[in-house]
This record gives sequence, C-alpha cells and structure tokens, in this order.
Amino acid sequence: MRWNNLISVAAKEKIAFGALFFITLFILAPVVVVLWIIFKNGISAINWEFLTAMPKEGMRAGGIFPAIVGTLYLVVGATVCSLPLGILAAIYLSEYAKENALTRLINLAIVNLSGVPSVVYGLFGFSLFVVFLKFGASIVAGSLTLAIMNLPVIITSTRESLKAVPDYFREVGLSLGASRWQTVRHAVLPFALPGILTGTILSIARAAGETAPILFTVAAFYIPHLPHSVFDQAMALPYHLYIIATQIPNIPNSYRYGTALVLILMVLLMNLVAIIIRSKFRRKYKW
Amino acid sequence: MNEQVNVIDLNAYFGHIHVLKGINIAIEQKQVTAIIGPSGCGKSTFIRCINRLHEVVPSARLSGEVFLDGKNIYAPDVDPIEIRHRVGMVFQRPNPFPVLSIYDNVAAGLKLNGVRKRGQLDGIVEESLKMAALWDEVKDKLGASGVSLSGGQQQRLCIARALAVKPEIILFDEPCSALDPISTGKIEELIFRLKQDYTIIIVTHNMQQAARVSDRAAFFLLGELIEFDRTEMMFEAPADKRTEDYITGRFG
Ligand SMILES: Nc1ncnc2c1ncn2[C@@H]1O[C@H](COP(=O)(O)OP(=O)(O)OP(=O)(O)O)[C@@H](O)[C@H]1O
Ligand SMILES: [Mg+2]
Repeated sequence: MRWNNLISVAAKEKIAFGALFFITLFILAPVVVVLWIIFKNGISAINWEFLTAMPKEGMRAGGIFPAIVGTLYLVVGATVCSLPLGILAAIYLSEYAKENALTRLINLAIVNLSGVPSVVYGLFGFSLFVVFLKFGASIVAGSLTLAIMNLPVIITSTRESLKAVPDYFREVGLSLGASRWQTVRHAVLPFALPGILTGTILSIARAAGETAPILFTVAAFYIPHLPHSVFDQAMALPYHLYIIATQIPNIPNSYRYGTALVLILMVLLMNLVAIIIRSKFRRKYKW
Repeated sequence: MNEQVNVIDLNAYFGHIHVLKGINIAIEQKQVTAIIGPSGCGKSTFIRCINRLHEVVPSARLSGEVFLDGKNIYAPDVDPIEIRHRVGMVFQRPNPFPVLSIYDNVAAGLKLNGVRKRGQLDGIVEESLKMAALWDEVKDKLGASGVSLSGGQQQRLCIARALAVKPEIILFDEPCSALDPISTGKIEELIFRLKQDYTIIIVTHNMQQAARVSDRAAFFLLGELIEFDRTEMMFEAPADKRTEDYITGRFG
C-alpha cells in the first residue's frame, strides 16, 4: 500500500513502458546483429556479375544467377499450385462446410500438417512426385512439394481472414437475395483479401528459404546453365548456400555471405510486398 | 383487411434452446406492425424467420409454417433466394458495404442478382434513393464511399439498398437504435410513407416509436407472443397484465 502511494501512476506507467521497450530491444538485437554481419561480410561480393553470371571454377567464382532463377521458378510454381487450391479449400471450410466429424477431422489434419517439419515434406515429395509419379528431381516436383508444405498455412490464414469479416456482411448479402456464392464473392472475399494475401505471401517467402523440401526433389549441386523445362533440375539459393558453406573449401567468405544476403533480400522483398498490399487494401477496405 | 403474412405454430431453436414457442400471427398488407418485448425474447429471431435468414445460422432449426400470400415459404419447393427478394431487411447497425460507393451500395442487390444494364440501374438507384429520402443529400456525390455518410444517412442508404430489390415486405430490426433523435425522426417519417407501398414489420425497443409508427403491435415475452392488437388498443388498454407492465416500464 505504502509503496503504491510512493510512486505516482504516471511514474509507474513510465517504468512499465521502459521495461517493455528494453524487452523489445532484447528480442530485436540478435536479428539486427545477424543481418548486420551478413550485410557487412556479403555486400562486397555483390556486383552485376555475381547476380547475373553462371558459377565458375567449381562455384568458387562467377555468379549465382542459376540459383536465383531456380528459386524464382520454385516460388512461382509453388504459388501457382497452392494459392488457388488453398483459398478455395479455406472458403469451402469456413463458408460452406457443416460442423461435423469430417470437418473436425480435416481441421485437425490441417493444424497438425502445419506443424510437420519441412524435411518430412521433402521426403513425402520425393516419394510421391519424384519416384511414384516419375517426375524425377525437377522443378515440378520441387514446386509441388513446396506447395503442399504451404497449403496448411495458406488455408489457416485464409480462414482466419474470412472469420474476421463480420457475419452481418454475409447476412446483408443473403437478405438482398444473393446466393451463397455471390455473397461470399462480393460481400466477404474483398474484405478478407488483404489478410489472405499477407498470409499467403509470408508463407511463400518462408518456402523460398527452405532447404529440406527441395533437397531431394529438385535441387542440383551445380548446373552451369538455366533449366530448359520444368522437368529439369535446378539450382536454388538455400541449397546453394548450404553447399558453398559446408561442402566446398577455399571459397571466398564474401561469396558465402553474398549468397545469404541475396536470399535474405529476396525474402525481405516479398515481405515488403505483403506489407504494401496490406496497407493499400486496409485503407480501401476498412469497416 | 388483407393478410399478407400468416404465421402458424412457429417454433424456432438455436441448438437446444427453444427461442420461439408456438407463434401464431397474421400480418396485414401495407400496414406497419411493431414487434416489442424485452431483450432476448426472440424478436430478431421472429422476423428472421420471415425472410428465411434464421436458417443460415449453423445451429438454427425451426418448425411450423409461414405463409406469404397464401404460399408456405418453408415448403420444400420454395427457393429461399426468391423469398429474400420479396422480403427485404434493414439491420440494427447501419451497414453499407464499406468498399462500395453510394451508387454501388444501392445497386448491390440488383448487381448480385444479375442486373447489369447501366440505364436500368441508374433509374432504380435514383428512384430508391428518392424513396429513402436520401437523394437530395447525395445526388452530387454518388461516387463517394457509403461509409463517408453520417449514421442516419447510412441507415437510409441501407433502406434504399433494400428497396432497390423491389420487395413487397420490409423487415426493420431496431433500425434507429444507433441513431440520434433527428435521424430517428427521419427514418420514422420514411416508414410512415413507405407503408403506402410496402408491408412493414419493425422491431423496436422504443415504446414511443412503436406508438408513433405502427398500426398494430405484437408483444413478445420469453419466446411467446403474449398480445397482438391494434397499437392504440395495446397502449391504452392492454389485455394482459404482463403487456401493461412492460409498456409502463415496470420491467424489461
Ligand atoms: N446465433 C445464435 N446462437 C445461439 N443463440 C442465439 C443466437 N442468436 C440469438 N440467440 C438466442 O436466442 C434468443 C433470442 O434472441 P433474439 O436475438 O431473437 O432476441 P431479441 O428479442 O432480438 O433481443 P434484442 O432485443 O436484444 O435484440 C436469445 O436468448 C439469444 O441468446
Ligand atoms: Mg434483436
């Protein structure tokens, strides 16, 4: 009691804010340090050749162009496969499906799938796409594996965004004599879109940096040319980074850090796009 | 008088909760019927049974019959979408679609139903806004966002949106509870005018409002219809003690 009276409310608030501020710093600091180390050591490697040339001399010189392109292919492929499927599945589950044993089972499966380690997806993709469907190690197999890994995340974030749209939006649509689908399409989806896109882009950005799922399904150790078709193997940044960091001696350190920097920048760029999309839509679609 | 809506032994449930218990009521054409009663007694549920909106709640069930111009709207061959075209609804909170312009809000119901011709839309939008007494206030800014309007204007926009679909009956669920007295007055005037062309059912917590706008009033209590009569009769000489207690503010 005495103690309470000794310090004013304002002072207590200041102390609390101060503490929270330092905790935040504490959490942020390691991230900043890691980024700084990568930036400091990698920036010297980055130049036009590094970004646009083929690797040379057993990857000890030249550029990382095929790995950048490979990662882009994988990201685009995974997005094309998982986005429509994930969004439609989420719409079905949250707007149409009745609450019963089957939907509860599906929900449970989705929750569990998003917790499965990525290496398991890698093995699954390997046995399904590479071996069983005979795609071989290829961009298709890798993209599909990443797509499957992304599905639970996309479904979950889409469902969350749909749930955030107030029920009365649906009821207004229905009360005007619209069908269920028209209502979802015009009165619900537009408002859920920013959330859906943000969740999706974030999950894809994560996929871009994963090594395990592509390890057995697509990633090539060293191909000094671009893939000719989607059934070719390709290099990819995360795997390339793993190789040059652990498997090949006598590589200039700046090459390793430079590769990491490029990967991080690509992921950051995607996150940035997500943030821009969200703030743009937020302004337009607020309620 | 012409009975347009005839409710026979209507029971409604949410899961195991029995919300409406054996409601029988006949609602007359081109009259204003007020639904009054304490919170939670099932007023909203009742009117949502008339446009088949009750059934969209996953746990909801219902039994009984609701006749609209002599046809049971719960007969198996009836399309709920058609019923909702004929029975429009205005909700408690003014709820224009936030992304859409004023024009598109009014046109929303028509567009959702496939009307696309600009000329036809223009005509109906103007006519609906005029009927909702909003045209003069918004005719120069039809492209502005629906949510840029004041609360009262938004509610009239929602009325225009419901009118544009050309219903025969309009359900109002506490349309003024979020509005100031002046906006409330405008909506009441509007309801008074709309009854020339439409059958109106309005849920209200405001006894003065029920007395001002309605021809008949129905008093609900704990899911039962206690009393249904001409509004003056109900307010001057309620037949049931519970009605009297509620109207005079002794509970609720
Ligand atoms: N979606 C729902 N799920 C479960 N129960 C519900 C649901 N909606 C309403 N109820 C219950 O049904 C009963 C009647 O609700 P209703 O909304 O019809 O009351 P009301 O008379 O309109 O009340 P108010 O004046 O507060 O709007 C209440 O006991 C409420 O708790
Ligand atoms: Mg209600």
